[in-house]
Formats: sequence, structure tokens, C-alpha cells
Amino acid sequence: MITWLLRRLFQALLVVLAMTVIVFIGVNVIGDPVEILISPDADQAERARAIIALGLDKPLWEQYLHFLYGALHGDLGRSFVYNEPALRLIGSRMPATMELAVTAVLLSIVIGIPLGLFAGLKPNSFFGRAAMAGSILGFSLPTFWVGLMLIMVFAVQLGWLPSTGRGHTAELFGIQWSFLTRDGLAHMVMPATNLALGNIALVLRLTRSGVRENLTMDYVKFARAKGLSPTRVVFVHVLKNIMIPIVTVIGLEFGSVIAFAVVTESVFAWPGMGKLIIDSINVLDRPVIVAYLMMIVFLFITINLAVDLLYTVLDPRVRLETKE
Amino acid sequence: MSATASAGPVKEETPFRRFAREFAESKLAVAGLVVVLVIAALAIFAPFITPQDPYDLAQLDIMDGRLAPGALNGAGTMHYWLGTDDQGRDMLSGIIYGLRISLSVGAGSALIAGIIGSALGLIAAYVGGKIETLIMRLVDLQLSFPAILVALMILAFLGKGVMNVMLALVIVEWARYARTARSAALVERRREYIEAAECLALPRWRVLFRHLLPNCLPPLIVIGTIQVARAITLEATLSFLGLGVPITEPSLGLLIANGYQYMLSGKYWISFYPGIALLVTIVAINLVGDQLRDVLNPRLKR
Amino acid sequence: MQFSFRAALRGTVLTGALALAALGLTALSQGARAQTLTLAVSASPTSVDPHYHTFGPNESLDDHIFTPLVKMDEKSRPVPGLAESWKMLDDNTWEFKLRPGVKFHNGADFTAEDVVYTINRVPTVANSPGSFKIYTKAVAGMEIVDPHTIRFKTNGIYPLLPIDLSQIYIIPHGLGPNPLTEDFNSLKDAIGTGPYKIVSYQNGNKAELERFDGYYGTKPHWQHVTYRMIPNDGARTSALLAGDVDFIENVPTTDVATLSKNPKVALSETTSLRFVYLWLNRSHQDAPPDVSGPNGEKLDKNPYNDLRVRQALSMAINRDAIVSRVMENLAIPTGQFLAPGSYSYVPDLPPAKYDPAQAKKLLAAAGYPHGFRATLTGPNDRYVNDGKIIQAIGQMWSRIGVQTTVNALTWPTFIGRANKLEFSSFLLAWGISSGEASNPLRSLIHTYDKSIGWGAVNRGRYHNPELDAMIAGAMKIGDDAKREKALQDATRIAMNDVAIIPLHIQKNVWGMKAGLTYVARADEATQAMGVTPVKK
Repeated sequence: MITWLLRRLFQALLVVLAMTVIVFIGVNVIGDPVEILISPDADQAERARAIIALGLDKPLWEQYLHFLYGALHGDLGRSFVYNEPALRLIGSRMPATMELAVTAVLLSIVIGIPLGLFAGLKPNSFFGRAAMAGSILGFSLPTFWVGLMLIMVFAVQLGWLPSTGRGHTAELFGIQWSFLTRDGLAHMVMPATNLALGNIALVLRLTRSGVRENLTMDYVKFARAKGLSPTRVVFVHVLKNIMIPIVTVIGLEFGSVIAFAVVTESVFAWPGMGKLIIDSINVLDRPVIVAYLMMIVFLFITINLAVDLLYTVLDPRVRLETKE
Repeated sequence: MSATASAGPVKEETPFRRFAREFAESKLAVAGLVVVLVIAALAIFAPFITPQDPYDLAQLDIMDGRLAPGALNGAGTMHYWLGTDDQGRDMLSGIIYGLRISLSVGAGSALIAGIIGSALGLIAAYVGGKIETLIMRLVDLQLSFPAILVALMILAFLGKGVMNVMLALVIVEWARYARTARSAALVERRREYIEAAECLALPRWRVLFRHLLPNCLPPLIVIGTIQVARAITLEATLSFLGLGVPITEPSLGLLIANGYQYMLSGKYWISFYPGIALLVTIVAINLVGDQLRDVLNPRLKR
Repeated sequence: MQFSFRAALRGTVLTGALALAALGLTALSQGARAQTLTLAVSASPTSVDPHYHTFGPNESLDDHIFTPLVKMDEKSRPVPGLAESWKMLDDNTWEFKLRPGVKFHNGADFTAEDVVYTINRVPTVANSPGSFKIYTKAVAGMEIVDPHTIRFKTNGIYPLLPIDLSQIYIIPHGLGPNPLTEDFNSLKDAIGTGPYKIVSYQNGNKAELERFDGYYGTKPHWQHVTYRMIPNDGARTSALLAGDVDFIENVPTTDVATLSKNPKVALSETTSLRFVYLWLNRSHQDAPPDVSGPNGEKLDKNPYNDLRVRQALSMAINRDAIVSRVMENLAIPTGQFLAPGSYSYVPDLPPAKYDPAQAKKLLAAAGYPHGFRATLTGPNDRYVNDGKIIQAIGQMWSRIGVQTTVNALTWPTFIGRANKLEFSSFLLAWGISSGEASNPLRSLIHTYDKSIGWGAVNRGRYHNPELDAMIAGAMKIGDDAKREKALQDATRIAMNDVAIIPLHIQKNVWGMKAGLTYVARADEATQAMGVTPVKK
């Protein structure tokens, strides 16, 4: 178990290294951040000064080594744009994204699994069909379009919900959160729903197909023959079995929810790190891009570990040791 | 299919006929298939049916911009049945051409990513060892990048373009298939029929692709169905963020993104009709995919 | 299997309840709003440090907190700020009389020492991606005559000093030897003499401003200002329509027509200092790589070096159509840098007349009777409707036989390649920070010359030694009227030679809820001070 963990961590390190190299080369190919940031009025001398100030005059490999040296000392560099440590900048935006993403994933579980169970158990009922049809709509509509429609209907036409921003925040553990205030919660309803929509559909469909498959399996027939109550068959046995793909997908989707928050955040002017990264890419703010990606990689590795560990809990047939 | 076909005694019906019969059990799916075929035909024959080549700037006239559906063009020679966009592009022609791009981008990228991803995922699960580690590390690497960023990087390297968007989508999506295929195969390979096949000393590739693959298909088809839709949506999203296809050759997604600017000002048709076209396309594809999954899933067979 | 139904129901009810609970809560904090203005800007400032980054959105925010010696009024004419008056004593000396009795937010008195401190700090700001040094470099020395009189030494005549100094916000010398940008962002050092104190700042989200009661000037109407940042156009308009914000900048052109009919919304607009134009790349002697003959064959020379081709391409553009169709009348067609009424505007230089027939003749005379193939490049995420404008021009050029491929790129890619002179014809826009023609003449039109720092963004590499001499000459004229004449002459020559193809000058539009009014500013700045309730 320990060796397995160490191995995974070592591999993770390689992934991070590869990623940073790609980003360094990638950003370098796209262009020069100074040209994007500098005042149009600046003369040639000022342009040269800014390039030196940001350390962009040195060869790329030297910049990279400098970055590695800093990274080993816990310093991922300072934002070209904000002149603040990249990590602090991301940290200041992370809670906003996290509360949105967690809410979205919770919504997709809370709505998706019950609807999926229902659609799987009663596939030919009206609600079963309606749930499936709804799920098709759920992932057919582009996130940004749904977001705009939500704003049009609920904020502009009906005036029920605030259209943009985080609203009032309250402090917990020294961090500002929206979900702790009534106003903040009101601001979260639309963006969280918007972000959750695709995942609700995904979870619903996976649950339904899992239920339908498992119901035809022998163990269900045996369990029923044994006289177990239908409740127990569905909620203990079937649910346990269909959880494997669902856990995988939800785990994987959590990352893409964070990535897709980019779109939701820009539609709803939600000041999270998704908006920060898109802005950073637009101005080629390399330290922020690299730091953000390293954090995302770290997050993903944690998620993958958790998914793998959950596998062993949910399906004893899969063992970590088999992974060599 | 093949697993059941080779296991049971051969019936009078050929496998394909049985497949067709089972598929036709759902009227909705058949309707979906018809719609998909019609849309595909529209897309393929677009240059012969549209009143205008919406990608030829010389055929557009900005003085005809933002005309309401049914309006006559400035020269009085044709009607814009679905109105025009801000460049004076006939929306009907634009939608049909846009379908062409969205469909090829969506289906093409999902197919390529599906083939590459599933093959790698199955190999990883079946072969194990160093190869599995390598493939799964690649998957991790891939999934560690937000799709939007990968797409931006690739499109920044190569510039906007249909092929570039497709390439970006393949690179973004293959890893999902690989992971799904592997996690399905990890469970499947412990089942008796694989052990039986191995005991029969069948060649490994045969076990892999003739026995393991068909039984791993249901989750892959579910993912694949979703991915076609997702690829088209992602393409639209990239366009929304100012990447994706060139603005002179808008896909459905870009038409919607462009039109959205006019939603608040009541010029609904610029965004609405491409939106409908996109919805119909995706819903039809999904109806077909759903039924395919039910038919292809050996475990749902009675 | 009713239990599963119940479970599903439970889930749905739960979410529904959550949504409903949230619904009832929006009517919060309506009471305290009378004294509060919530405004939304379209771009986030990068710092509260007023000397960190020469960037419009920073200056908009800074205007609330800090004051420069010289302010720009809504028409971008210099007016007294912390200086009451200024004059040129001799060719090398400017004298500024400072306003007495001005207090900083921390209670300190404003004196000449703060000016010296500020000007000395500007070049030392660490890691600045765009330093304000470009506005202080003309200052060769400073001399404090008395606490409210300061003299600036320049090397030779420098008539633009007051305008340059309008970019420099004064900070108190009590901040010590080396105030860090971080200390401004944390608001510890964010101390100015402006009408508002900043009380909270979350970058990319919002800032909270509180009226400063010790402000020397007119007391602004609003006690409290919430300064929000909403870059997405649709979201910003929606926020106004939904009543989440009271005031927005950069109303999208697509929404202006509808909003102007909405009784709940008022608009305020003015002609800006930003002109949109095309470059025709002159750096190539042979044909540029993205230009070829009518059938794709290689051309033997660069067609853009021929004045007749440049004139034809300018004439082929129907500027009125672009303004009415693409810009929805939020622009005015132009044939030069500035709008009528500005200092150094040339009255006898109208926009090029739309004349496709004449354009074809000129092309034929230049040896292109069947036109040629061109590529028109531009950004599609930088300027108002940039992507739509180049498509429209693509249509118009195609009509005179110049088969145009339109290539719209994202800004980072576009500007990097434009700087490498990779494009033959491309769209850019220029905001004239000084409000007069010497600024575009020096930066855009003058020959690219590293040694004097002029022509720094001459991305078409236009080169006209005679004109260079005229620009240099104009900059040595101290008398405003005579200098205006010289700048007009230089502008006329540049435009008649089609150094660039000017298209239009943008209008700035602000939207607000009915009952408010705004003094629209040419320089695009959004200031809570300018927003007031309509007097009944």
C-alpha cells in the first residue's frame, strides 16, 4: 500500500514536470505577454525594460530552470499582471469556484441518482421516459446558452434571482463564502444549476443504465428469490453495484466541472479561478497559468487516488496490488 | 453481439436482421435515425441546396444584415426565410453549412477519440504491467488539463480551423474512453467467460477484441453518445470564448454564440434557429445512441 | 418500487426548496441603497497601486482614490487638479502652482514634497508590466520653490508636460522609502486625495468605496460606491436590466437600440478618442506572403507601396454602412485621428468618399485590372465589433476585385504576430491618451526609431522622412495655436498619403437606471463622481 502510494506520487511528479514544460513552451509559442500588457504609448526602451522586468529576456530554458528553482522553494512565481504570488492569487479565487463546483456535483448526485433509479426501475412509465428525455436536453444545451437563458428568464424577465456576482459573503476559517448568507445563496442558485445540468443528465443516464443491467443479473434474481424486500435489493445490492461507474464518473467530472466553471463564471460574472485562468491565458500570464495547472493536476491526482481507493471498497474484486 | 452469436446455436435470422428488428422496436429511435440521416444528407449536399454560399464574403451584403425571417434581400432576388445575421448571411444557408461543420467536428472527433481511447483502455486493463501504467499515466496527464485550456493551447499553436478544433477535441476526449474502457474491462476480465476463453488458448488479441470489447461496449456507447453531443457543445463553447472555427465559416455553435449578442435586443432568429437545429441534431443522435445501447447490450438480452 | 419514486421525489423537493428559499431572499438590503451606487465596469483593474500598470481600468478606479496635478475633463482637455495653474517659464522650465489646503485620506497635508516623492517613485515600481515612467521621463529635474510651488526642468521645449503629468496620481511622501504594490493592494498604502477612500478590494470581483469627507473639491453625491467588475457584455447588460447594478460602462452596441427604448434605463454617450483603422504593411518590397495575384500567382511587388492601391482600398470601404450596420451608429466615420471639436482636428479632411467605381479605376491604373488576393487580419476579442468590421471590409474589398480572405485571431496571437510584421493588412484601434494629434503622429506614423523612442507601434513600417521632420518640428513649438497648425499640417500629409486607412471613431456609452444621469467622458473613464440623480 505504501509503495503503491509512493509510486503514484512519483508518477504525479513526472506529470507535473511534463505539464510545466508544455506550458512554458506553449505560452512562449503564442506570444509575448509584454506586448499585451504594456501601454500602447510605451516607447521601444520601455518595452525592452518591461521584458527584462518580467525576466522574459532570458532564454526559455533559463527561465524554466529559474522557475524550477523557485518551485522547489515553494515559490511558483509572481503574476506578470498583478505582481502578486501566483499561488496567493489563485488561493484568493479558489473558494468561489470550489463552492460552486461542490454544489453542482451535489446537485447532480441528489437529482441525478434518484431520477436515474426511477427511470431504470420503471423505464416505460411516463416519468421514466420524461426523465430520459429531460436528460437528453440536459446535455444537449450548451452551458453558456443555458446560462444566458436562465439570466434572461429568472433575472431579467421575472426578477426573481440576482443575475451576476457572488452577493454577500460571510467568513468561515478566514475565507469568504457565499453559501453562508441568504443573499450569497440566492446568487449561487443559477450558476450552480447551470454548472450541474450536464452532470445531472450524465449521472441520471449512468444510474439508469446501471440499474437496468443489474436488474437482469442473477444475483438480483437470487436475492429476490431469497425473499429480500425490493427496497433492500435496490438500495443495498443494486445501488452498491452501480456505484462503481458512477463514482468514477463523478470523480472525473469534478475536475471538468471546475474547468467548465470557466464558462459559467464568465456568464454569471462569478469571481472564481476559472475566470482568472481565462483572463490569464488571454494576457499570457504564465506564472498564474502554470500555478493553476499544477494545482489542478494535484487535485486530479487526489481525486484519482480517491476513486481507486473507493473501487476497492465498492468492488472487492478489484485490488490495488493487481496494478503492479 | 458476436459473443452471443458465437455462443448460442445459429438461428434462422442473421445477426444483422435481428439487430435491425430490435432497433426498430423503438419508434422514437427510428424517427431519430431518420432525422440523423436527413441532417447528414443536408450537410453533405449543402452546396447544392442552399440559396447562398454563406462562407463566400462576396455573396454577402452587410446592407442586408439582421433582416427578420421572410425578408426580401436588397436586390429583390431572394427571400431570407430564416432572416440574416449581422453580416447579411442567410441564416438558412448558414445553418445548413453550420450543421455540416458541427456534425463533422462532433462525430469525427468522437469517433477518432473513441477508437483510440477504447483501444488503449482495453489494452491497459488486459495487458497490465508497465503498459497499463504508461497508458494510465498518459490518461492522468491528459485529464489533468482542463479541456478548455488544452483546446486554447492547440488552437493557439495552430490557429483557428475546423481540423484544429477536431484535433483539439480528440486530444481532449480520448482519455475519457480509455478510463471508462479500462474500468469496465477490469471488472469484465475477472468474469468466467474471459477465463474460459483464455483456457481455450485463444490468441490474446482475439480475447481482447472479440470477447472483452463487446462486453465493455455498453458504457463506451453511453460515453460515446454523450461525447458526440459534448464535442459539438464544446466546439460551441470554444467559439463562445472566441476560439474554435473561423468567424467567416461559422458552425452552429458559433452562429448561436454570435446571435446571443442580439437576444436582449429581440433579434431572436440569429440565435434561435441555429439553437433549434443544434438541439434537433443532438436529440436525434442521442435517441439513436440510446436504442443502440439497449440493443447492443448483451446483458439486457432476455 | 414506490420507494425509488419517493427517493427521486425527495431529491427534487429538496432542490426545489433550496431554490425557493433563495428566491425569497433577493429583496435584501433595499433600504440602504439610496446613498449607494453599484456600478459595473467591463475590465478588472490589475492593481490599486496607481503607478504599477498603465492600463485604462486601473486609471478609472484610481480616479476615485487619487488625484493627479492636472486632470482631464470630460472632453479630455487639461484642467486643474492638485495644481491650480501651470506655465512655461522658459524653454527648459515648467512651473506648477499647487492647491493649498488639500488633505490626504490619512489627514496629511498635500505639499510639493509629495509631488517630488511621487515622481521619484514612479520609475522604481518593481515588476511593472507597463511603467508610468513614459510620462515622467521628460522631467529632468525638480525644484521645490515653496510648499505650493514646484518647477520641473526639461531638456528643451516640452509642451506636453501638463498632459503627461495628468497620468501621474500623487501619493503622500509619508508612505516611506519604498511602498510596495502589495501594500497598495492590501489597501495599507492606498492613500490619496481623491473624493473616495477605498475600503475593500477583491481583484476581479469588486471594490468598495466610501466618500472622503475631507475632499477638497465638490462633494460627490454617493456616500458609498460598490465598484463591480463584469467583463462579459451580456452579463453586464443583464445585471443592469435585472437591477443588480445601477450603472454600467461599455453598453454593447447590439443592446443600445433596445435599451434606448426601455423606460427603465437611461443612456449617456459621447464621441471617444479611440479611432479604428487599418494598416497596410509597407515593410515588404516584394509581395507580402499573404497577398497574391487574382489567380493565386505570385506578385512581383508589394501592391501596398502604390498610393493608388491604398487610395482604392480606402475608397472601397463604405464607412457609413459600417457605422450604421456594424456599429449601430455608435461611431462616426473618420478620415483622421480625432473627432471634430478636438485640439488639432483638421476641418478640411473628411472621411474618404465611398466610390467603388473610382476604386476599380485606380486599381487598374496601378496595374491590377483584375484586382488581387489579399488577407485582412484582425483581432476578434479586443475592440468593439472588431471581427464584424473586418468581415464587412472583406465584403467591400471583394466587390472591387480584391478577393479578400478574412482572418480573425484572438488578441494574444494577433498582437504577437502583428509585431513581427507578419500581416499585410490588418485592423487595430488607437486610444489617444493625450487628446491631441501629436500622440498618434509620434507613436504610429513617425518612422520606427529606437534611438528617440518614436514610431514604437508603427506596425505598418510607414516611412516618410519629410513627415518625420514635421512631427519633430511641431513638438518644439511652445505656442499652442502654432503647434496646432503644425500638427494639422502633419496629419493632412499622413492622411493624403494613406499612411493608415482610418475607419471610424468610437462612441462611449454608459447605461444606468432611469432617474440617473452621467457626464459622458471622451477618455472612457467611468467615475462615480459623474453619476447623479436627475434634477427634477
